[in-house]
Amino acid sequence: MKKLSSLLTAALLAGVAFAPTSSAWADDLTIVSWGGAYSESQRKAYYEPYMKEGHKITEEEYNGEIAKIRAMVEANNVTWDAVDVDTQTALAGCAEGIFETIDWGKLGLDRAKFIGGDLQDCAVPTIVYSTIIAYDTTRLNPGPTTIADLFDLEKFPGKRALQKNPFVNLEWALIADGVPQADVYKVLNTPEGVDRAFKKLDTIKPHVIWWEAGAQPPQILADGQAVIVSAWNGRIYGAVKNDKKPFQIVWDQQGLDWDWWAIPKGTPRLDAAYKFVAFASSPERQADQTNYISYGPANMDAVPNINPDVLPSLPTAPDNMKTALIVDPQFWADKGEELRERFNAWLAQ
Amino acid sequence: MALAEALPGSDLVRTVDGTPLRVRLRQAERRERLKAIALIAPLFLFVLVTFLVPILVMLFNAIHDPDIKNTLPNTVAALSTWDGKEVPDEPAFEALARDLKQAHKDKTIALLGKRMNYELSGIRSKVIATGRKLDGVEQGPWKEAVIGADPAWNDLATWAVIKRGSGSYTPFYLLSMLDLRQDVDGSIVRVSPDRAIYVDILIRTISISALVTFFTLILGYPVAYLLATLPQRTASILMIFVLLPFWTSLLVRTTAWFILLQDNGVVNDSLVGLGLTDGPLKLIFSRFGTVVAMTHIQLPFTLLPIYSVMKTISPSYMRAAKSLGATPFTAFVKVYMPQTLPGVAAGCLLTFILCLGYYITPALVGGPTDQMVSGFIAQAINQENNWGKACAFGTILLVATLILYFVYNKLIGIDRMKLG
Amino acid sequence: MTFPAYMTIGEKVTYIGLRVFVGLVLLFLIAPILAIMPLSFNSESFFSYPMPGYSLKWYEDFFFNSRWQASLRMSIIVALATTCIATFLGTLAALGLARTNIPGRAALMAVLISPMIVPLIIAAVGMFLFYSRLNVAGTLAGLVLAHTALATPFVVITVTATLSGFDRTLMRAGASLGAPPMTVFFKVVLPLILPGMISGALFAFVISFDESVVVLFLASPEQRTLPKQMFSGIRELISPTITAAATVLILFSTLLLITVELLRRRSERLRGITN
Repeated sequence: MKKLSSLLTAALLAGVAFAPTSSAWADDLTIVSWGGAYSESQRKAYYEPYMKEGHKITEEEYNGEIAKIRAMVEANNVTWDAVDVDTQTALAGCAEGIFETIDWGKLGLDRAKFIGGDLQDCAVPTIVYSTIIAYDTTRLNPGPTTIADLFDLEKFPGKRALQKNPFVNLEWALIADGVPQADVYKVLNTPEGVDRAFKKLDTIKPHVIWWEAGAQPPQILADGQAVIVSAWNGRIYGAVKNDKKPFQIVWDQQGLDWDWWAIPKGTPRLDAAYKFVAFASSPERQADQTNYISYGPANMDAVPNINPDVLPSLPTAPDNMKTALIVDPQFWADKGEELRERFNAWLAQ
Repeated sequence: MALAEALPGSDLVRTVDGTPLRVRLRQAERRERLKAIALIAPLFLFVLVTFLVPILVMLFNAIHDPDIKNTLPNTVAALSTWDGKEVPDEPAFEALARDLKQAHKDKTIALLGKRMNYELSGIRSKVIATGRKLDGVEQGPWKEAVIGADPAWNDLATWAVIKRGSGSYTPFYLLSMLDLRQDVDGSIVRVSPDRAIYVDILIRTISISALVTFFTLILGYPVAYLLATLPQRTASILMIFVLLPFWTSLLVRTTAWFILLQDNGVVNDSLVGLGLTDGPLKLIFSRFGTVVAMTHIQLPFTLLPIYSVMKTISPSYMRAAKSLGATPFTAFVKVYMPQTLPGVAAGCLLTFILCLGYYITPALVGGPTDQMVSGFIAQAINQENNWGKACAFGTILLVATLILYFVYNKLIGIDRMKLG
Repeated sequence: MTFPAYMTIGEKVTYIGLRVFVGLVLLFLIAPILAIMPLSFNSESFFSYPMPGYSLKWYEDFFFNSRWQASLRMSIIVALATTCIATFLGTLAALGLARTNIPGRAALMAVLISPMIVPLIIAAVGMFLFYSRLNVAGTLAGLVLAHTALATPFVVITVTATLSGFDRTLMRAGASLGAPPMTVFFKVVLPLILPGMISGALFAFVISFDESVVVLFLASPEQRTLPKQMFSGIRELISPTITAAATVLILFSTLLLITVELLRRRSERLRGITN
């Protein structure tokens, strides 16, 4: 094994010496993700096993800069081969032709087995995460149980921390205002519906702290700056598991969303990129990732392989899925810009 | 030259070899100038190639806008004589149908939808759906077919967007930065109040920057004065206090303020502990927090130039003023302060310009009404993928700064700027 | 505290008042740094007091994680290269600007300091697109070029400032005593403008060392700098390792500053200057 790797290194160095740029080497992939604990889970579940099979991966981190991908494609200098993107980026990138259209046949995977697999043409779903609300059990007991409690200042006085984004907040506002979950996007598609959502948010506006980075809500909760926070489920789970924080997740109306693998258009290592995405989407690898982070695997075939201890903390666990709100990517692709602007203007008032 | 004129009646002053002094002086001056140009040229070319040209090419995106023209070439041609008074007739619809079908095939239709959506919210999905629905239709009449696919095509506003986008250039992005837009008939009007946020953001950015500049000056001036007048040994030790934060990463310092200012952070705990307030004050996620953290980060930038100018001021001026009967206060205000002006101006300008570009600090310790221009530029580039908007924002900011710079140059003179 | 007899009450109040005020400002400058240092020993990954326990794990991460170490090395390499080129080019230009009345000087200066004015994110995308065409995007050279462009305004401004108080007769004196231009430069001009060059160089170093936007675009994975490493994963979690990194860098720069001060005192003693 050692001999093999040194041979590989030598071959690689030779490749570097003769290729115009080092990244032009046929199978030396650059995989890009978000860094932090999430990248670490991918490293353990995907990259390291893949490298054991004799491939070479260079890890890169970004903070969702779609501009970098667009600039690479426009400059015809694509050095990223597979990128972990969020839903909005995947949709926008696909519409603007900066991601390859995924050929599921070439991937060798059954599209129907993936949660949300049919929602996008240019991306393969990798994990399902959710935006939930959480509280500190030492401060609130009993705590909130439904999304309506988030808006109930009498039952739960105190500050709330919400993501500085209309996304999920508007849906929650309508649901708390009595709109049935199934009709949320229908209502939100009308100007009256948008007004109604903002009116509901108005009722708690003076009591809201707005967060932007995923690291903030657990910090805000730990500091006691807010009594209820919205957060990504993995961050709360991490605080409970690693730092023994007395936090509790409320799964009611959890806003389900995805992270996706996308392949920037024009990568010279297209086949290798496909091979990697297929590898990372296999049931075994997907199940393995849940050992390192509490996000649900997008490949439903992975479920039987998941460690039963971990399962209840995944958004995709059957119990948690009962009232889950599946965020509609198409709605946000159409209305996102408009609602974001309205939201920003609303915040500024 | 002055010398020659100073000798009335005499012939031209000549040098040893007989050339008139005036000519020699001019030659020398030209040589000097050439030397100067030779010295400046390397950096000038360097900045031109590595920075200015790339950035100007980029900022061109603020007005360059060929998306509509490129995806709807036939429609644009058909609309060339359209008066914009009512929805056009069959030929325009036929051209549109042809273009949309082609765009659907080329997968460029989403790009078109996105571009039209900037001006007409909600049109994006309708454009894309129309392209899909027309895909199987081979026969006219097209007006019926297109409007049947989506009634939005029977709306004057939709056609006005296409008409406005017929050229390769658009004032749209720059106008929207000023909360203005072009109406259906092409006249420039204000956008509705619930969307008019950009002028506000610009004013906010400038006012936060001015506030921070003011505070760094108020705090920095006395420190610079004391450091400049203390014995070198003491001053050097105290200087470490100024330089240390300077060496610490922006992210670390912003995080530090996050910790200090939170509701049960060190500052609030001490205030409550001392009995100064009953409950925690709202320090974080506010304008106050933003200004405090930015003042902290910018203080060395204002302080150091002032310090370096103060170091060059001879104490004898103050002594002279006092010996002439001025009170220490008068001497300080009338004699010392005017001499420090170049340093003050340089430090303030530097801080002000750098403040305009902040976004990580307001994002972490500011509230929603404290977000600055650069944050919105980053959002437009990284999340909305709207380079036109980002570049328009950048252009406005650049122009504002340049105006400021030339005003500064008129008032003080850039060569008198001192730093560090 | 004793005051000279000639001081009036007002002067005494000013004297004390000024020192108290300056003391408070210096406290303001240093407080956040003092606040964050203890957190580098926190046993959990939150930035809040009180700390539940102590641990050296963030230091362990900083010193033994190859990513942090490699990024520290890369940052130093990039910052040093940037500082050298920026100081050289900036000083030359400043010397030229100081020479004679150059037509369009203000406009020329505006071009030279433009990198300071353009929002970084736009500069980053613009440079990436352009550098890609020149095949230098994603290379060490490209990153250094970009950082140099960002840093030169600071050098130009500092050195120009020093030169504005520069007495040009000194150069003529040197030349009239028979020194060739090069000798005049190294023996007369350079020592006089050195303070300005040094502060310009310091600014240049800091600008490059703390630059976190352009690097995201122009650097390939091989050019991971310290800010890039710090910002990595910020969406998920701000790693407390940044506090350990900051503490180490602060201690290092304090030592450096004290050493410089001690050396300066020693040389003063040797030259017989007393304070």
